[in-house]
Amino acid sequence: MKSPTPGESVAKGFAFSSIFWLIIGLVVGLYLALEMFLPQLNFAPWIAFGRLRVVHTNGLAFGFGLGGIFACSYYMLEKLTRKELVFPKLAKFHLYLFNVAILLAAISLFAGMNTSKEYAELEWPLDVVVVIMWVIFAVNVFATLIKRREKQMYISLWYILAMTVTVAILYIVNNLEVPVNLFKSYSAYAGVNDANVQWWYGHNAVGFVFTVPILAMFYYFFPKSIGIPIYSHRLSIVSFWSLVFAYLWTGAHHLMLTPLPEWIQTVGLAFSIFLIAPSWGSVINGYYTLRGNWDKMRTNYLTKFFILGITFYGLQTIQGPTQALRSLTSFFHYTDWVVGHVHMGTMGWVTMTIMASFYYLIPKLAGRELYSEKLANQSFWLVLIGQLLYTVTMWIAGIMQGAMWKATNPDGSLTYSFVNVVAAMYPYWKIRFVGGVVYLAGILVFLYNMVKTASSGSQAA
Amino acid sequence: MNIYSRPVVFAIVAAVVVLIGTVVTTFIPMMLPTTQPVSKYVKPYTAIELEGRDIYIREGCNNCHTQTVRPLVTEVARYGEYSKPEEFAYDRPFLWGSRRTGPDLARVGGKYPDSWHYQHTVNPQSMFARSNMPPFRWLAERKLDTSWSYRKVSVLGYGYSREEVEKQIKEFRAKVTSPDYPAKRIRDQVTPPPLRGDITELDALVAYLQKLGRDLKELRKKETAGVAAAAEVPRSNPYSGNREAAEKGKEIFEKNCQVCHGKEGGGGIGPNLRDEKWIYGSKDSDLYESISRGRKGGMPPFGNRLSSEDIWKVITYIRTLGEE
Ligand code: HEM
Ligand code: HEM
Repeated sequence: MKSPTPGESVAKGFAFSSIFWLIIGLVVGLYLALEMFLPQLNFAPWIAFGRLRVVHTNGLAFGFGLGGIFACSYYMLEKLTRKELVFPKLAKFHLYLFNVAILLAAISLFAGMNTSKEYAELEWPLDVVVVIMWVIFAVNVFATLIKRREKQMYISLWYILAMTVTVAILYIVNNLEVPVNLFKSYSAYAGVNDANVQWWYGHNAVGFVFTVPILAMFYYFFPKSIGIPIYSHRLSIVSFWSLVFAYLWTGAHHLMLTPLPEWIQTVGLAFSIFLIAPSWGSVINGYYTLRGNWDKMRTNYLTKFFILGITFYGLQTIQGPTQALRSLTSFFHYTDWVVGHVHMGTMGWVTMTIMASFYYLIPKLAGRELYSEKLANQSFWLVLIGQLLYTVTMWIAGIMQGAMWKATNPDGSLTYSFVNVVAAMYPYWKIRFVGGVVYLAGILVFLYNMVKTASSGSQAA
Repeated sequence: MNIYSRPVVFAIVAAVVVLIGTVVTTFIPMMLPTTQPVSKYVKPYTAIELEGRDIYIREGCNNCHTQTVRPLVTEVARYGEYSKPEEFAYDRPFLWGSRRTGPDLARVGGKYPDSWHYQHTVNPQSMFARSNMPPFRWLAERKLDTSWSYRKVSVLGYGYSREEVEKQIKEFRAKVTSPDYPAKRIRDQVTPPPLRGDITELDALVAYLQKLGRDLKELRKKETAGVAAAAEVPRSNPYSGNREAAEKGKEIFEKNCQVCHGKEGGGGIGPNLRDEKWIYGSKDSDLYESISRGRKGGMPPFGNRLSSEDIWKVITYIRTLGEE
């Protein structure tokens, strides 16, 4: 077997790091799910719900999500430019720094050092580390692109570039803070303004971490896996530019009916509705790529990961804009419904696509055949069923919660006290836990398959 | 040559494209007065309240509690007046939250006495059996670190001098450790003996919670002061002895009063209501006044939450408690 390129060897490191943080994040998620109905489990400060939830979200968004994104980006970068990474040592350093940063992040969040701003909770010294790490990544991206041997940049590279630029802007602006000491800082913005900056960031963290680079994977690994080129280049141009343009306008849909100036809310709502178009541009492009070849859903095990992944993306991008409507946000905002939305995106779209990319990637990186296609199929069904059990349950719970909060007696008084509504949620929270266990089982099967492939799969022909 | 073969140009174009929406919805509003309104009635946090706020952030309370009441009928009925932009002028960071696993806290200040919070924070299930809030026992077992307090209020530009901060801390310590502190009994129950003479993290957290929404409530009190004084307290109970009214009163009692006064008025945070002792007088009109306007010792006012008929029905029920 030929020796791996620098991009391939860091990709492998990032891929396994990503799966490692995935497992940690999920175990924490399951513990959270238990705490929702067994409050006695909050027996020590570092394990209490308020701190642990942040470990869960950061561990998965950044440990698992970003780890997977870096793995695939380095790999795609080399393949699509037909050029090895320009700075291999820097990439290797990036891999170490990444794991150290996530570890320190987890420790500091367990210790209660957090800024409270969602998906930007890390305290300022770690923010500095994150920015350095991002610059290191960007240096390789730009240098390799400049020295590339392929004239045109393929669609996936556009998405990687958009992420590289936008995440830098988002992260730096939202994390501007004034240090009190090494472990504590205050946001540079106050009140309404802080809220506005935070959700401009928050929504676009979802957009440029959980959407844009995942689409980069989809546009590359899906056609590769099935051996059919993407359906329409023109459609991908239109959807790319309209997506990256519109995303930045929509943060206010997280702040509907709050004291945020109303015009910002209305603009956010309008652009959220508009976002359906570019999102579905990619969904349709994916479906049409398979036109005439739908039998591949049966014959090529990876097809169903990608198709289900993009389908959940499609559903997510209809549900999201709908939630932003004033009448619906007044009902669903703050309820378990939104938790259902979040997990369809993360456990459906993001997980399915990263898993599929890894199923394609890891055998290539290891120079071996996939250890077991049967196990790969099992992991698909477990992850799918676990996710559906989780999200559908949360939607039902959210509808009930919203309705109970709003219920009034004929004389106008409220029918339910707050704690009555909490008590009504317990059965749903228990089912959610079961969904999480099924999903984790699927992920463990996936991990086993990947480890086996890397260590003892049969050599590739 | 097109931009798809020029990575640097491509990146610059992409940056411009993402910056358009950013500038319009985020950067321009930063400079507009509507995103940073100020108003004289809104006061900055004291050094202690700020320490309490930092504990709220450290424990991640914002992951389950929101702090903004939306202008919706049922939300105003549940939590109180909807939130105004100027109320958050001193909030860095803002703490509106995105999930309501627990109730909104924007108007919790002054809603309950301090003793309620001491017991509730340390053992929520003792007051609401089916609550899923974590019992934050450790907060009562830790001394508050005030060594950064001055630096914190300076960073935030609250304008207190070092002496003022020290005075705030000293006065607060005197208040919570005084034998006359209305919450003394419950505070002593949850605080380990060596810390009873000092400020704990829980003390600061309670101070913070009592500040939430208080400025607006005080403004409203001033505005309506004349009106409230003029409203006569009715003298006699129209439902006296009425069984049906007592039944309804029982329901209202269980929803609103039981957490503090115990099952069937047996007492708890608030005094026993079954015995013959009445701190503020035993006449119907005295009870009415206690319920409607609240009392200094910690009894919150229910005048804006319960109708006058409902208050009389509760009194009718309370009168049945001493009977057996
Ligand atoms: C067209 C695209 C989308 C729109 C317009 C949209 C809209 C929304 C809205 C309105 C909310 C706030 C709900 C509330 O709090 O009341 C929300 C929350 C959320 N969405 Fe989406 N969504 C979209 C796609 C996605 C995708 C693809 C993901 C990927 C995983 C995602 C992940 C999330 C997350 C994590 C939250 C929770 C944020 C929080 O409160 O912490 N969304 N979305
Ligand atoms: C075993 C699977 C999982 C379980 C049991 C689980 C459990 C939970 C729980 C209990 C919460 C808190 C909900 C609340 O406050 O009401 C939560 C929030 C969250 N989880 Fe998960 N989770 C799982 C998988 C994932 C995955 C794979 C991701 C991302 C890749 C993820 C991302 C998030 C995010 C972003 C939130 C915050 C949502 C918000 O603020 O609205 N979770 N999860």
